Amino acid sequence: MMARSFLGAVAPLAVGFALAVALHLAAGSLIAPFYVKLLMDIGINVILAVSLNLVNGFTGQFSIGHAGFMAVGGYAAGVITYYGSFLLFGNTHVAEGWLTGGDLLFVGGCLFGAVLAALAGFVVGLPSLRLRGDYLAIVTLGFGEILRVLLQRTGDVLQTAEQVEKAGVGTLATSLGGSLGFSGLPYYTDLFWVYVFVTITLVVALRLKFSSLGRAFLSIRENEIAAEAVGVNTTRLKVRAFVLAAGFAGIAGGLFAHEIGTSLNPRELGFQKSFDVVIMVVLGGMGSVSGAVLAAIVLTLLPEALRGFSEFRMPIYALALILMMILRPQGLLGLREIWEMKWLKR
Amino acid sequence: MTKFLQTLMDGVAVGSLYALIALGYTMVYGTLQFINFAHSDVFVLGAWVSYTLAVVLGYAASGSHPPLWAGLLILVAAMATCGAVGFTIERLAYRPLRQAPRLNVLITAIGVSLLLQNVGQLKWFFGTQPQRMPSLIEDRVLGTVAGVSMHAVDVIGAGTAIALMLVLEWLIFRTRLGRAMRAVSHDTAVASLMGINVDAVISFTFVLGSSLAAAAGFLYAMKYPGLNQPAHATWVLLGLKAFVAAVIGGIGNVRGAMLGGFLIALIELFGAAYLSPHLRDIYVFSILIIVLLVRPAGILGTSVAEKV
Repeated sequence: MMARSFLGAVAPLAVGFALAVALHLAAGSLIAPFYVKLLMDIGINVILAVSLNLVNGFTGQFSIGHAGFMAVGGYAAGVITYYGSFLLFGNTHVAEGWLTGGDLLFVGGCLFGAVLAALAGFVVGLPSLRLRGDYLAIVTLGFGEILRVLLQRTGDVLQTAEQVEKAGVGTLATSLGGSLGFSGLPYYTDLFWVYVFVTITLVVALRLKFSSLGRAFLSIRENEIAAEAVGVNTTRLKVRAFVLAAGFAGIAGGLFAHEIGTSLNPRELGFQKSFDVVIMVVLGGMGSVSGAVLAAIVLTLLPEALRGFSEFRMPIYALALILMMILRPQGLLGLREIWEMKWLKR
Repeated sequence: MTKFLQTLMDGVAVGSLYALIALGYTMVYGTLQFINFAHSDVFVLGAWVSYTLAVVLGYAASGSHPPLWAGLLILVAAMATCGAVGFTIERLAYRPLRQAPRLNVLITAIGVSLLLQNVGQLKWFFGTQPQRMPSLIEDRVLGTVAGVSMHAVDVIGAGTAIALMLVLEWLIFRTRLGRAMRAVSHDTAVASLMGINVDAVISFTFVLGSSLAAAAGFLYAMKYPGLNQPAHATWVLLGLKAFVAAVIGGIGNVRGAMLGGFLIALIELFGAAYLSPHLRDIYVFSILIIVLLVRPAGILGTSVAEKV
């Protein structure tokens, strides 16, 4: 029994990591750079959608500041890799090869970003989650806006190793490029790291959903008063879900910051981005992990498909959102996972 | 002293606009208990409809001085248009969800908001170019009080806004319809048992709120003639601040929304004038968080115990 449950826990991780290695080996030779970029975008959006689903889908709260936590993680990771590279290696070139010191620095930066984002989630979530659900929506939006203003007020990015060595920690942490954005970050994000983190996110979310903690999350969503009455500490659990989601958003931010062809600036990570993630969660199904994955994939590919009529993209999204809420309020998959659908079981 | 009075004057002018928008948020929240995210877009629509009407009527040429009634006409037309839009939104998007969980309604509201923004940006409507609102009120200084010049735009703007708020106050607290609105807001189910046509009252609430937002849009365009494209972040931020005003005053409370509007504007402008002009958004949202922590129901709101 013991062995089987251990295997059950490790097998999905092993499969995911193997897939990540396979993608890494195939990138560059089998997969053209354009598709590599697209696959990385999909992976990052999957992390964002699945993590926001913990708050909006599982727990039934309403956060519209996910991009804010992404920004916290992205900037924190950026500071670590960019200024860390200067201090450790003297320059910010991406080292050749796989799993170099630079890669480790980058992963450390992402994890640091996740911790910082989770901390921010705690600070934002604790006061507002004590109150009625929709206050969280306003506070998260307000948090994103405050963060944007603060980031726009930061100083220019330091360009040379001498400047970085002379500057103190305080200067480094506030030299984030202001409204122009944090430019010059080394492109460490590759398919391997994206899909390693996607695997971790998915395993955590799925195991959570079918655990007692996940059931408690769902009970808050179904009926908060009843959940409280049967002994669920609703405030503590809401904060826990929120902090967890913010942490994963921080990782997604770190990956986004070091991805080729993206720009880490305060405007990019505004509420528009948060709304994009909310749309993924809602379309996929509130509380369905595989639904969120599916929606993230479709909504990342859709703009590419609609390239010719990009001006209609947002009106179509908006209309789809409204119609979905009226005609199928639980989202495409609802609470169920894709392998639990009736039409598959027959 | 002059700086203080000038800031106070600006604060009242901007605050009256925030208050007008906040009223729409608070009335909808009072009756349906959800944040109408699309409300700020109705405000933007009001500004753009006013612009379009002014151009169509031929007041765009510089140097033309339209009569005062032209401004009034455009104001009323914009209010009517947005009132109709508000009615339609409620009828098509929100009414089917009357019994749905609040989260779904909230998401629908975001959907409506995105729809209004992005349809407004299509080239058949207002396009993606920022425009300049023609001046309908001649910009002259009416008088000087203690070194502060009173601009006609500010005086007429704040005057119109305050007059509209007085009308609303009368409507809600002195008429039968207002009593029905208050009854629906107090308890929808019991109100319908008492023979009140709840659907009609809710529709009327949306029409009222949307036309007030349109008036705010018109007055805003008079004061700040540079109109951003409909989906621009500054608009969303403005609407958000008005919502913060409603929350601070006590959401669901009409007088609270007016109070909150003036309070937010004064804090924002005094902070900008005396502390740092770059952090004005931060003052507003910090006040929001402080109020939520200390007095979650808002300044004039009363907290209601949840019945099981």
